[in-house]
Parts: sequence; structure tokens; C-alpha cells
Amino acid sequence: MAGRLRLLVPIVCSTAFAGCGGGQSPLSPKSKPAHDISTLWWWMLAVASVVFLGAVFMITIAWLRRKREGLPYLGRRENVANGLVVVFGLLVPVAVLGVVFVIANLVVTKDTDAPAAGSTAMSIHVIGHQWFWEVRYQGTPAVTANEIHIPVRTRVDVAVNTADVIHSFWVPELNRKIDMIPGQTGRILLYADRPGQYRGQCAEFCGVQHAHMAMKVIAEPAATFRGWLANQSRPARAPTTPAQRLGRQTFLTTACSDCHTLRGTAARGVIGPDLTHLMSRSTLAALTIPNRPDELARWILDPQHVKPGNKMPGLKLDAAETRNLVDFLESLK
Amino acid sequence: MATVASPEAARRVQRLERVWRERPGLLGWLTTCDHKRIGILYLFTSLAFFAAGGVEALLVRTQLIRPDNGLLGPEKFDQMMTTHGVTMIFLFVIPISIGAFGNYLVPLMIGSRDMAFPRMNALSYWLFLASGIFIYTGLFLGHGPNAGWFDYVPLGSKQYDPGPNVDFYALGLIFNGVSSTAAAINFIVTIFKLRAPGMSLNRMPLFCYAFLAVSFALIFALPPLNVALGFLELDRRLGFHFFDVAHGGDALMWQHLFWIFGHPEVYIIILPAFGIATSIIPTFTRRKMVAFPLVALAEILVAFIGFGVWVHHMFATGLSSITLVYFAAASLIIVVPSGIQLFAWITTLNTGRPEFKTPLLFICGFIIFFLLGGLSGVMFAAIPFDQQLTDTYFVVAHFHFVIFGAAVFPILGGLYYWFPKVTGRMYHERTGQLSFWLAFTGTALTFFPMHIVGLLGMPRRVYTYPGGMGWSDYNLLESIGAYVLASGLFLIVANLLVSAFRGVRVGPDPWGGATLEWATSSPPPDYNFPVIPKVTSAYAMWDREDREEDARKLTRGDLVLERGHETPASTVLDADWDEILEMPSDSPWPITLAAAAAGVFAFLLLGHWLVAGVFGGLCLAVLAAWHRQEPQLA
Repeated sequence: MAGRLRLLVPIVCSTAFAGCGGGQSPLSPKSKPAHDISTLWWWMLAVASVVFLGAVFMITIAWLRRKREGLPYLGRRENVANGLVVVFGLLVPVAVLGVVFVIANLVVTKDTDAPAAGSTAMSIHVIGHQWFWEVRYQGTPAVTANEIHIPVRTRVDVAVNTADVIHSFWVPELNRKIDMIPGQTGRILLYADRPGQYRGQCAEFCGVQHAHMAMKVIAEPAATFRGWLANQSRPARAPTTPAQRLGRQTFLTTACSDCHTLRGTAARGVIGPDLTHLMSRSTLAALTIPNRPDELARWILDPQHVKPGNKMPGLKLDAAETRNLVDFLESLK
Repeated sequence: MATVASPEAARRVQRLERVWRERPGLLGWLTTCDHKRIGILYLFTSLAFFAAGGVEALLVRTQLIRPDNGLLGPEKFDQMMTTHGVTMIFLFVIPISIGAFGNYLVPLMIGSRDMAFPRMNALSYWLFLASGIFIYTGLFLGHGPNAGWFDYVPLGSKQYDPGPNVDFYALGLIFNGVSSTAAAINFIVTIFKLRAPGMSLNRMPLFCYAFLAVSFALIFALPPLNVALGFLELDRRLGFHFFDVAHGGDALMWQHLFWIFGHPEVYIIILPAFGIATSIIPTFTRRKMVAFPLVALAEILVAFIGFGVWVHHMFATGLSSITLVYFAAASLIIVVPSGIQLFAWITTLNTGRPEFKTPLLFICGFIIFFLLGGLSGVMFAAIPFDQQLTDTYFVVAHFHFVIFGAAVFPILGGLYYWFPKVTGRMYHERTGQLSFWLAFTGTALTFFPMHIVGLLGMPRRVYTYPGGMGWSDYNLLESIGAYVLASGLFLIVANLLVSAFRGVRVGPDPWGGATLEWATSSPPPDYNFPVIPKVTSAYAMWDREDREEDARKLTRGDLVLERGHETPASTVLDADWDEILEMPSDSPWPITLAAAAAGVFAFLLLGHWLVAGVFGGLCLAVLAAWHRQEPQLA
């Protein structure tokens, strides 16, 4: 049954598409917690199907015997009918629900609980914003957004907060969701069985661009991850061409620097994502569009068209300024 | 008019006609206190809101028909999605079930001549109408509620939602709550005190048990909602900090308060549907409900346990494990009374002689959808599964099967079932069956694929979604289903409207129904029954000697009460004869009071506190006028 329905899960990622970074299906688990939840689902589905089909069968019998007296053998004897209700409406459900309770809420739930202190190899801090994810790596200066790199087969402790309204951190192929609520810190385990990209999305309605608040977790071999993290920990690269220098000038003197941080420069805004290593990310605006020069220019000039209601104002730049700014941003590897 | 056997009886009936005659014309409708007329007002108003909520649903489904669609922008989508929820719950399902079905049928089923407080009954209706208009005014001005129907803070706070959208929502729901509270009190007193002498609690129809349970649940569920909404308005308008974490408030408190109301609310929505099912099934299977006491007990238990499960809406908020396990256990326990009822309905079907006319078809649809919604509901009591699938389309599928499939299908079946009683004419059976199959197919097609897209990871409340996620085909199917469903609903309305004028005329009891509403003529006279009926079982209409006794009593003048505007009251448990109540006649005050209350809420919204206070004073003045002595009838 699992195999057949899995065929319904379509081939997910076509590289051309923005907003796509791996699958997002709870039915394609890539870690133990997600796997246990999915197994729990298939068992509950099996039991529920028996109950459902049984009831439909009885209604069908009633329909076939319409306008005729009672069931054979049972007739209209009240005590038999009452007994049926007590057995199938009371005793059987109590037994089945008891089993569901023990397995789901006492056993499986242990796997999806917050990881025990000291059981994880590293910690990440994710902060929800309207409408992107800020990602910090504890013990390093690295700050990125929307694309969370983790080493594969490593227990990672994720602490979640919000900077504004309630969001919910959810990467279904790796684990259940955890809400990001003002004034409290949620914790969840991230663990990936194999390298790959796992899409996630905000799961609590958080305002007009709730639909475009996606992210991805990129699980990679430990060495690759260490290289990535070392690069993320460095300040922004200095511009190397005159055009990049002009672009940087534009960045630091216009509204860009009010909201965005470029580590190692005077730009220290905290409203939008940290752009220190923008080019290490494959998408823009929380997986809304791909990170390509043309899309980047479009995003800078008219962000309200791409993602209506988001907090980035459009900049009034001429063609040369735009070219230089994009040139500079493209250098932030 | 009732069947009249002798000249004495005819004289008595004539006098009843005169004493109870309703004022004709528009003024009569505006001032009426008759439970049947109020029920009909509730019916048409809630159906109008149903149409509005349906249009909103169709817009939402059309926006989601394909990925990256641009029909509605995000802001409009959020208003449509929120208003759809608010409308269907507060302005359609509750008013139609409690206001229309309850009002029209409860007094008839217990053999009474009206509700216990006829004027408060009228007030409930006018307050409901005004609160609905209040909420829709926001929508038409472009400021409809937009933070989701449960309006989580801080998204619903002034900082993140500065427009008046959420104020329309919060004040509108407080306003609406006044109406529901008044209605609930009225039902409790009516069911406890106005049952015909002889109808002890164990002889009361299961329909009335459901309404009793709902009324108690409403009275206890609405205060936490009102507290939450009051806090929200104080935060938004006067700078309080109940939910503001930066100043020591607590955002999660909103969720607790809302769901302490919100979960019992689910049972408030579904219990009247259970009541309708337990009325229709015996009639069309020609047998009494199996396990009557268990079913009655289950109806009460569902309403009671419903207050202990609210945290299952908050399993992903990071509460402690022990809290989650407790509420998960309670959420599993509440399945048991529902299981009893479900199996009682099915067993009754199987041990009776079912005749699958339109109303019973809708009840079969109800049983199937309630099973679907109930079984997926059990899954949400499994904590890890809930934490994975909550806030996805899987939960959207679940609660639509419960509150559309399970709560509304009996309402639709009930519309057909009691149509001959209300109009004195029969609907068109073939069209009725066709409308059932359209609505059934539409419902399954709209909501079943939502399970699958949820399991494929689609979150709820997104105004659009990218292609390539495997969601697109299912969404297309759902949107097509929504239109099929809409056509089924349209066919129901068309069938009933045409039949109201063209249908075959029927007598008092075309179905051979089991309860007392079938004892009187169709439509019932203003005084309901020429004689207060004798009751010796819960299936009063199937006790033929009692009905013959009623006719003799009319001739004798026993329990006719034709001297005044009167109905008997009886004791709470055993329904022994207690006293005769003088019932009020029509009154202009309920509608006036509702209008003054609307003034209060309108000026609260506008922030003119003083003017709102003036309207508050006006409310008190109206109340004083209301309580002047009723002029005695001749």
C-alpha cells in the first residue's frame, strides 16, 4: 500500500523551477523521526480503512435489504441490537483507541521530542521573520537565510524563535513541525539519513506572504559542510572591480543597508536577511525565485510585484546603478 | 388548522385562532415572537450567509485551481479565507441548526406553544442578523477579517494588522455571542420547563437531548471566547498588553482561551446534526432508535468531554509532554461516545426497514462523512502525527468532513424532511435524490483529495503554491469538486423553492414520523396544538391511543387553554403538571433593542466611546420599556 501511494508522490524537483528545493512530503521520510511518523500513519490508515469499509459494508447491506424486515438471525430483538452497539460502538473502540494511545503517544512521540541535552553534535538557531528564515550557527559568526546546511548523519539541535508573529518551522521529510512563538524557544532535532535537499515551509499562517515563506535543508558530507561553514563565517568579500566598488557604494548609501547586514561593512540592518554570502544561496525571497542576475535585478527594482506585501521597498535606480549593484551582489560568494 | 371533530371543539379552536393570531404583513414579521416565524427568519438569513460563505469558498478554490494563479491577491485571499470560516461557523451552521431547526422544532416536539422566552427569542434573532451585517460591512468596505478565523496573536494585534479588519471580527463575534447566549438560555429553560405534561426526561426525543447539550455547551464555551476577544480589543484599542510579550503578556494565552471555546464549538456545531439524524433514522426505518439511553447519554457526554480536549489544537506549540499526553488521552476518550452513536445509527438502519428517501440518503452521506472526518480526527490525537500534519491540507480535509460533511448534511436532509411540515407541501423526490448525489459527489471530490495534498506537504492558508510539488492535479480536482457541490446545493434550494409553490399538498404526517411535530397540521397553526398532547413515550406519534385521546380532550376542553395566550409548564425531571404560563404576544422591543445594540458596537468600532455609551443608555431605556406590564388579552 505504501509503495503504491508513493507512486502518487510525483517526481518533485525540476531544477528549472524556483521555489523548489527537494521534496516536502511527510510520506517520503529521510530520517528516523519522520520515518516513524510515516509508519504510524500507514498503520493508522490500515485500521481506519477496516473501520470505514466495515461501516460502508453495513450501510450497503441496509440498502440491499431496504423495505424488508430486519437482518436475518438478528430480526428486531432489542437486546441483540443493543449488544451490537455496546460491543462495536463501545468495547472495540476502547481497545483500539488504547492501542493507538500507547503506540503513538508513549512510544513514537519519544522520537519526535526535542533532543535531550548533550545528545546533539551541533546547534543551529533559526528565527522566523515575516517572511524569511534567519539562520545562525552557534559558536560561529555565520548568519544566513532560508537555506540551512547541515552535515549528513549528524544530530543537529535546532532552537527556534520568532522576530515578529507566530511561524512554524517544518521540514516534513526530516521531522515534525515546531511553532515559533514570541517569548519562547522551541527545540527540534534535525537529522538526515542521506545527503540531499529537503524542502520546508512555514506551517502557521503568518500574514500576506505566508505562502512564500519556504526554506530548504541541505544535508551534505561533513567535509563539504565544514568548508561551507568556514566560508559563511568570513566577512563579506571586498569588491575587486570598479563596477563592484560602485555597486557596493550604492548598497551602503541607499536603503539597502538600513535593512540588510553585510558583515565587515557598515551595513548592519536587521529587518531583511543577512546578505554577506548571498551568492552561496540558490534562491531569493525565501525560495520564491531563483538566484540569477536577471531575477536579482527584478527583485531589487520591483520586489512588490514578485512577492506582494513583503517588507522590501522597490529601489529607484537607473540602469547603470542596477547593473553595478547586481555585479557587486554577485560577488558575495 | 387542526382536524375538528365536534361543535364544541370547533368553538375552542376558533377561540385559539383568535387569541394566537399573528399580526399580518411586514410589521408582523418585524415584531413577531412566534417561534415558528422566528425560525423561518433564522432559516432565510442563515441561508443567505451560507450563500455568501459559499461564494467566498468558490473564490478561494478558484484561486487555488492552478499553481501561481493571480485571481485574488494575497490580501483579498486572506479576507476571503477568514470570512468564509467566520461565516460558515457563526453565521450559518449555528444559526441554522439552533436558530432555525431548534426554534421551529423544539417547542413542537415537546408539545409546547412557544419557547419559554418568546421576546428574548426574537431578540436573539435580531442580534444575530445585526452581528452578521456588522461583520459583512467590514468585508464590503474592504476591511474584512483577515487573520484567519482563530485569529492568532500577535498576527491579529494592532502592530501586525493595523486596519479595522480584526476589530470587525472581534466586536462582531462578541455581538454574535450575545445572541447565541440568549438563545441557549432560552432552549435550556424551554426544554426543562415547557415539555408537555407526561414527557419526563426519559420520554424526551433525542433531538431535544442534542439541543439541551448544545445549549449548555454554548453557555460555558462562549465566556472564554468573549474574554479573549475583550482582551484583544483592549490590546488593540486602548494599548493594554494581555498578549504582548514585550510587556509581559502572553501570546499563547490567546490560543488557550480561543480553543477552550473553539473545541466545544465543534461539538456545538455537530450535536444538532446528531439530533437531526436521530429524528430521521427512526422515521425512515420504521423502528425506534437502538440503545436510546446510551445515545442520549453519549450526546450529553460529547458536549461535556468536549471541554477537556482543547490543547490538541496546540500540539505543535512546544507545551510539555505531560500536557500533550493528557489532552491526547482526552481526545481519544471523546471518540467513544461518538462511536456509540455512530454504531447505534448503523444498527438501527440494519435492524429496521429502511426506505431510502432523500432525507435518509443525506443521513447515510452524513454517516460516511462523519466516519471519514472522525477517523482522521482520531489520527490527530496521535501526538507525533498531529505535529506532522496539523496546519496542512490534511487537517483542512478532516474538519471539512466533520463540519461540512457531518454537520451540514443532516441539515440538508432535515430541510427535506421537515419541508412538508413547514410548507404543507411535498418536495420533488427524484430531484431531491439527484441533489443528494450531486452534493455527495461534490463533497467527496472537494475534500477527499485534500488529505492527499496534505500528506504531500501542502500547508493550509497559502494563497498560492508553486508547481512541481505534486499538488496541482489534486487542487484542480478539489476546485472542480467545489463547483459540483455548489450545483448540488443550488439544486436543493431550487427544488424546495419550486415545491413551496407547486408541490403536492400533504397532511399533518406524510412520513409517519415519531415525534409530536407531526401531530399538528402542516403548516402548524399559530398556537401549535389545539390541545396540549398526551405523552407516554419518546415516540409519541407512534402511540395511537394517546393521539385519539387528544381528540377527545379537545371536545372535553381538557388542556386546550383557549382562554388566553397560554401554555403549560411542567416539572424538570418528571414533567408533572406545574402551572399555566401567560405567554407574551408580539412586541416591537426586541428589534429596537437589537438596533440600539448595533449602535453600541458600530460606535465602539469607530472609537467614539461617548456615542457608544449613549447607545448603551438607549439599550437600557429600551429594556425598561420592554419590561412594562404586558397588556392583557381579551
